[in-house]
Amino acid sequence: MDKILTLLSNLVNGLQLGSVYAIIALGYTMVYGIAKMLNFAHGDIIMVGAYVVFLLFVGQGFNPLLALVISIAACTVMGILIEKIAYKPLRKAASPLAVLITAIGVSYFLQNSALLIFGSNSKTFSSIINLPSIKLAGGKITITAISLVTIITCIVIMIALTTFINKTKPGQAMLAVAEDKGAATLMGINVNKTISLTFAIGSGLAAVAGALYCSTYPILSPYTGAMPGIKAFVAAVFGGIGSIPGAFIGGLLLGIIEILAKYYISAQLSDAIVFGVLIVVLLVKPTGILGKKIQEKV
Amino acid sequence: MGVMLEVKDLKVNYGVINALKGISFKVNRGEIVSLIGANGAGKTTTLHTITGLLDAESGSVSYHYGKEGKEQQAELTKVSGDKIVRMGLAHVPEGRRVFAELTVLQNLKLGAYTRSDKAEVEKTLEEVYERFPRLKERRVQKAGTLSGGEQQMLAMGRALMSHPDMIVMDEPSMGLSPLYVKEVFDIIKSINEKGTTVLLVEQNAKMALSISNRAYVLETGSITLEGKGEDLLNNEKVQKAYLGG
Repeated sequence: MDKILTLLSNLVNGLQLGSVYAIIALGYTMVYGIAKMLNFAHGDIIMVGAYVVFLLFVGQGFNPLLALVISIAACTVMGILIEKIAYKPLRKAASPLAVLITAIGVSYFLQNSALLIFGSNSKTFSSIINLPSIKLAGGKITITAISLVTIITCIVIMIALTTFINKTKPGQAMLAVAEDKGAATLMGINVNKTISLTFAIGSGLAAVAGALYCSTYPILSPYTGAMPGIKAFVAAVFGGIGSIPGAFIGGLLLGIIEILAKYYISAQLSDAIVFGVLIVVLLVKPTGILGKKIQEKV
Repeated sequence: MGVMLEVKDLKVNYGVINALKGISFKVNRGEIVSLIGANGAGKTTTLHTITGLLDAESGSVSYHYGKEGKEQQAELTKVSGDKIVRMGLAHVPEGRRVFAELTVLQNLKLGAYTRSDKAEVEKTLEEVYERFPRLKERRVQKAGTLSGGEQQMLAMGRALMSHPDMIVMDEPSMGLSPLYVKEVFDIIKSINEKGTTVLLVEQNAKMALSISNRAYVLETGSITLEGKGEDLLNNEKVQKAYLGG
């Protein structure tokens, strides 16, 4: 019985971590789907978002929600600016590698800027959620408030994003741009604005992910975003890059696998296991779980 | 019967290649005008430059739009592609380029992207369904699952959804069975009869000329011949080069 309870509580932790991965992966996958690029600086936006919350909430005693809203706004603006300054001029570059390498450059730029501003010492983050935990099964399972909030936030974001894409004009424009920028232009869609919007949404979500991640793993340094960023990238590929439900499922699965591997196999090996699973999935299904087959009708 | 579209000395380069070496032609309101020519003559380049997918090196594309009494004029080489459809100029691109992952209905709705009056859009949708009953039958299907001919119907229906005054069509008969080819040309004619001006690019010169008021022959970036559709059909040079006779 205790073993089942432990498993349940591990699953909740896995879902929580997976929810953070999923929120980050949504940004990765949307930008890939619409701008056809891997934004390797996406993880570092998480770090920036977490620093903004840290400065306002921990440093200045702001209301945590207000701090989060400001952080979302800041990251949204930053995402749009990064796209305009660093990626847009390369959109017509002969090689897709140009923008990929630029993204890696932006990633280092953000990390080193944070290093200059905040120093290399890591800061101790405090949870933005200050509510009591829930105890189940006579106190044998404890679900922290941040777990619950993280999972619910992820589900709400997923539903909101799906509705936005399927039911609104800008959402449909995103799908059109994802498939064919030229044809989208002929429909009267402004491709540049649509790509900006995608970066804005992705970066805003990264800010949310940053606050939630650091509320659970409260150590904040300029490199904080790198690991969850790369894991979320794995989650996006795992679920099928370009697919929004894929990012959701990939993120949740990855979080669960990581936590279970940490608990039952080895804490040191958990990352290796996560990446091992990715390799196996890609060998069996190269397009990821929900990835589309690439087919063109001539 | 005023001039609707006037292209003057248009030059377009693809890197070092002069795709268009200074062409001039015009389309009058209410006409069907064809550009015929072989592969690589610059037909698609011409259309892409008109609707803003390509930038011109020099020359002008003057477009007259708006209702009678409120006519406006725009220099299309200076207008970004997404704004051109708002001026009532729609483009049915080569290779159809429907959004394969989206449903037929989503494709059609995207055609009306620039229009905000929902009731009017619904009305146009009904008209499009009436013209293309198969699109109505298949409205929930993904566009990628349609046959080539059906995709062409969808591409045309999608362009009609913007309620255009003028449509440019790029090789609408390409890769279609003879039955569909005839249907496509019948539809172009009927679209025109309802008041939409048509600029048509075709390799199927015979069909194109037979429905056109006027036509231009494009050869490696220059216009070499122009005339009435029927006159070009009977022109010896055209017959030799494009009509297999």
